[in-house]
Amino acid sequence: MDNKITILKDEINEKLAKTVDLIDLDKIRVAYLGKKGSITALLKGMKDLSAEERKSFGAEVNKLKAFAAEKIEEKITELKEKEVEKEIASMPQFDVSTPVDLTRGSYHPITLVQRQCEKIFKSMGFTVEDYPEVVTDYECFESLNIPKHHPARDMQDTYYLDNGQLLKSQTSAAQNAILKKYGKNLIENGVPIKAIFPGRCFRNEATDACHENTFFQMEGVMVDKDISISNLIFFMKTMLSEVFQKDIKVRLRPGFFPFVEPGFELDISCLICGGDGCPSCKHSGWLELCPCGMIHPNVLSEGGIDPEKYTGFAFGLGLTRLAMMKYGIKDIRDLNSGNLKSLSQFTDDE
Amino acid sequence: MFLSMNWIQDFVDLSGLDKIELIHKFSLSTAEVENEIFYKGSDISGIVVAEIKSVEPHPDSKKLHLLKVDAGGGELTDVVCGAPNVREGMKTAFAKVGAKIGEITISPRPLAGYTSNGMCCSEAEIGISDDNSGIMEICDDVPNGTDLKEIYEIEDIIFEVDNKSLTNRPDLWGHYGIAREFAALAGRELKPIEVDDLKAYDSLAKIDMKIEDPLCQRYSCLQVENITRTISPVNMRIRLYYCGMRGINFLADLTNYLMLEMGQPMHAFDSRKVEKIRIKRFDKPFVFRTLDGVDRNIDENTLMICNGDLPVAIAGIMGGLDSEIVDDTTTLTLESATFDAASIRKSTVRLSHRTDASMRYEKSLDPEMTDVAIARFVNLLKKYDSGIKIVSSLTDEYAFHYDDVTLNFDKKFVDRYTGIEINNDEIVKTLTSLGFKVTLDNDKFTVGVPSWRATKDVTIKADIIEEITRIYGYDNFDINTTRSPLYPVRTATVKNNEDRIKDILVKKYDLHELHSYVWAYNDELKALNIPVENNVKLANATNPNIETIRNSIIPTQLCQVKLNSSYSADFGIFEIGRVVNGVDENNLCIENKKLAVTLFSKTKDIKTLYLELRDMLAVITDDIKHKQLSYQTAEAKHSYEHPVNLNTILIDGKEIGTIGIVHPTVAKKIDKKANIVFAEIDINEFSSSDSLGIIYEEPSKFPPIDYDISLDIPSGVFYSSLTECWKNEGGEILKNTKIVDTYDTDTVHSITVRFEFSSNERTLSSSEVQDIMDKVISNLKQIGVNLRNS
Repeated sequence: MDNKITILKDEINEKLAKTVDLIDLDKIRVAYLGKKGSITALLKGMKDLSAEERKSFGAEVNKLKAFAAEKIEEKITELKEKEVEKEIASMPQFDVSTPVDLTRGSYHPITLVQRQCEKIFKSMGFTVEDYPEVVTDYECFESLNIPKHHPARDMQDTYYLDNGQLLKSQTSAAQNAILKKYGKNLIENGVPIKAIFPGRCFRNEATDACHENTFFQMEGVMVDKDISISNLIFFMKTMLSEVFQKDIKVRLRPGFFPFVEPGFELDISCLICGGDGCPSCKHSGWLELCPCGMIHPNVLSEGGIDPEKYTGFAFGLGLTRLAMMKYGIKDIRDLNSGNLKSLSQFTDDE
Repeated sequence: MFLSMNWIQDFVDLSGLDKIELIHKFSLSTAEVENEIFYKGSDISGIVVAEIKSVEPHPDSKKLHLLKVDAGGGELTDVVCGAPNVREGMKTAFAKVGAKIGEITISPRPLAGYTSNGMCCSEAEIGISDDNSGIMEICDDVPNGTDLKEIYEIEDIIFEVDNKSLTNRPDLWGHYGIAREFAALAGRELKPIEVDDLKAYDSLAKIDMKIEDPLCQRYSCLQVENITRTISPVNMRIRLYYCGMRGINFLADLTNYLMLEMGQPMHAFDSRKVEKIRIKRFDKPFVFRTLDGVDRNIDENTLMICNGDLPVAIAGIMGGLDSEIVDDTTTLTLESATFDAASIRKSTVRLSHRTDASMRYEKSLDPEMTDVAIARFVNLLKKYDSGIKIVSSLTDEYAFHYDDVTLNFDKKFVDRYTGIEINNDEIVKTLTSLGFKVTLDNDKFTVGVPSWRATKDVTIKADIIEEITRIYGYDNFDINTTRSPLYPVRTATVKNNEDRIKDILVKKYDLHELHSYVWAYNDELKALNIPVENNVKLANATNPNIETIRNSIIPTQLCQVKLNSSYSADFGIFEIGRVVNGVDENNLCIENKKLAVTLFSKTKDIKTLYLELRDMLAVITDDIKHKQLSYQTAEAKHSYEHPVNLNTILIDGKEIGTIGIVHPTVAKKIDKKANIVFAEIDINEFSSSDSLGIIYEEPSKFPPIDYDISLDIPSGVFYSSLTECWKNEGGEILKNTKIVDTYDTDTVHSITVRFEFSSNERTLSSSEVQDIMDKVISNLKQIGVNLRNS
């Protein structure tokens, strides 16, 4: 009987040595350790032995069984490792230097610039308002202290519609409505009016690389008890520095707009030369960027706010101009061209 | 407008100050100065007065002359000169050897066999006029050899102010007003302007003059005789030329000079033609010839200066040809008037004729100025033509007076507006220097506004703030944030929704956001066989191609798709923009904000593309509203809509838009091989639907049961009618259904639907699921949908 065990042991060793895959290995396991396997058969055959023989032989068979199980397990590990090695060896090396596929969607550049501005003003507690494009004479002019004979009303500047309304020529057209909307909360609860209202404006003029009849502005107003020129300069400087991500110098010059008093033209230090003078700024070191001022008392009154109690500032930022400056767009007409070759480049810019 | 620093310094002593620095200050405090500053005469030196002692013809040239010139000291210099006006005894401007004119240094130069030791110069060569017809003739009695710069104001600093920045400052349309600003900025005195005392002529007869129209505010006139001078003094001509005006003759130059000095336009008539001055409008239109020889159509709104009933000038714009000063004019009538600004502006627009005079009148000139301007005119006239005679008294009708403006405010008002501390002394000093009458009593200011600022410019307290702060200098401001209390702010839902829609379409679906115009482009649409639909129109479109406002963004997008058809085999575009759909009962435009999406594909079949678009809208709706959209078959209403597969999109059962396929005739115009689908939804309607928010469902700890059935779907039956069959049968435990397989042949459309059952409370029994499914299958049978192979 001992001989049988030795033979089986040799046989297992020999077979395992020859085995190269897991399927064969499993067959070997079944052939020896399975219910009908040779080792199992040895155990079954013990019933004919004496109790003493059975004890010693049983111990031997169990040893053999453990041996077989251990050897098979070792072989499994070995073969699995080999398989992984083979898999690794079979993996080709990729060429990462091939052209990449960057296909993805895009935002309109105005959306990007608008979002940047909105983000800054939202962080300072301004609400973002939306306003129609078709407005009345009252909204666009009368409520803004623009008297009947002001040149801005002339037919050549404003697009009038055949029903008597007009396409808003400035985002300020929303000012009266905003003052009325938030005025109550200001007067009754002391909540300052802080709003920006981006929107599209229209001017009846011939288009070229620098002129468009359709463009975007972003108007902003702040009204409270003691809003000052000093505050206005602060907000403009802060916002523009955030937009351009660098410290921007600003300067104010007197500017006449009927809906503000005093009114200003705001210049920023040239983004290209930083103020030293270059062709971009016509060697002045400054770029004219946005009209602004203290809201005219008549405009406040028209909005239901007492100008003796409250003051406020307003500004009208040219989003189109800002986008052009920020992205170096030379021809304003590109923006409304619908041409994906130019506009698909504006994937994102937070 | 060009301004002369010399002229300004007639009225304010700026000696010892950096002029360029002052101009810069002026630009920041008063009105925008253009970048380029002209240093007139700085590139000329060594030009002297010289007398031509003899003139000999050149032996070989018809044009050239050989001159002997005394350029000072009696020594004669040989000069070769080609000017036609040379003559013996003439005094001229002479560039000596060593003189500089621009880049050129004058040196002895051989000319047609003779040496020229210098050059006689024309006024154009020196840069003091555009006259290049001959050499300059100097009539003034000055010794030979005198440097020209010593006798004439050739050196000057000229700067240009942007006219637009003077829109609201009628007082700045002349040098005197500008000088007042410089005086304030420099802290120097403004000198009074020298004038003649017109009272001296009060005993003389008045001119027959009457204002018959309220559009004329004031009319002042005076008659002058015996003007003998014809050519203006050199310095006057230089100033006019430097400021952009051509010299004409003494009288015309003087009226221009007055206008540039005081901002008051003036006009001189031949007195024979204006014996009875009437200022009025006419009932009927007529044609009037102005002094430039142009016939102009005058209508009943245009104010005219008349001789009785005969028009002689368009008020404030231009004189007539027939009343102009002519050679045999002996007496002239000088007009200095003010008119209603708006009326002048409207007339210039109607006539399409803007003049230096009308440009000033449009700004609301100070009527107080008319008689002063005449007094100044007479002062200069006498100075340069001493023999003149005044033959009438000042005839003056002052019909319209502006109200005196007095403003009261306190120091606190200034502090509140500025946000910085500007002390009382500085406020008083600034306002006084600008001509305001200021009294200060215990922090309370009473400010009288000078007439030249009171026509429209300074009327309220806030205007005073501007005066104080601009002279203080905005660069000198401390800048501070506000002390306003903080409250939370909410972004409007529509704005929030828009931003999220854009993000989903760009980031998840790789679409491109485009912008377009609010009007329909006739030409481009015509090329696509899309007629422009009737809608609100622009009343004053200069381009007939863009007169109709669009009622949908889709046609615009189809034009954009056409434009980009070679951009890529597959792309999608979107826009959130405005459209107008007619007018409401109050005749106000019905404006809607729309999201429009158009997909273009050469690789996907039309069904895939269509459902892809449907899925985009579904994801948007699920993401933002946590709701589902539903659809209803719609009838095509627009030329670009394919009649099949056109669906109305609904949210909460309310119509918000349309999804469809582009009509084949239009699609073929865009690209023969591409599939194109579109959708448009109303953003405001969409936004107004409430969001249900995320409803969290805890995953079940008990095993789920999936139950698949395969169904043959008869044509015309929509999935939405299938869902009706199990909507009320599944109860709590039917969590989800989905299509897991589809099988299509030419005759059969079959789908496999998986029903996912689970419960959070218990393990489900297969019999309860089977009971539900039996009911579902029976319901399906009732609408003609059977299990496959059954």
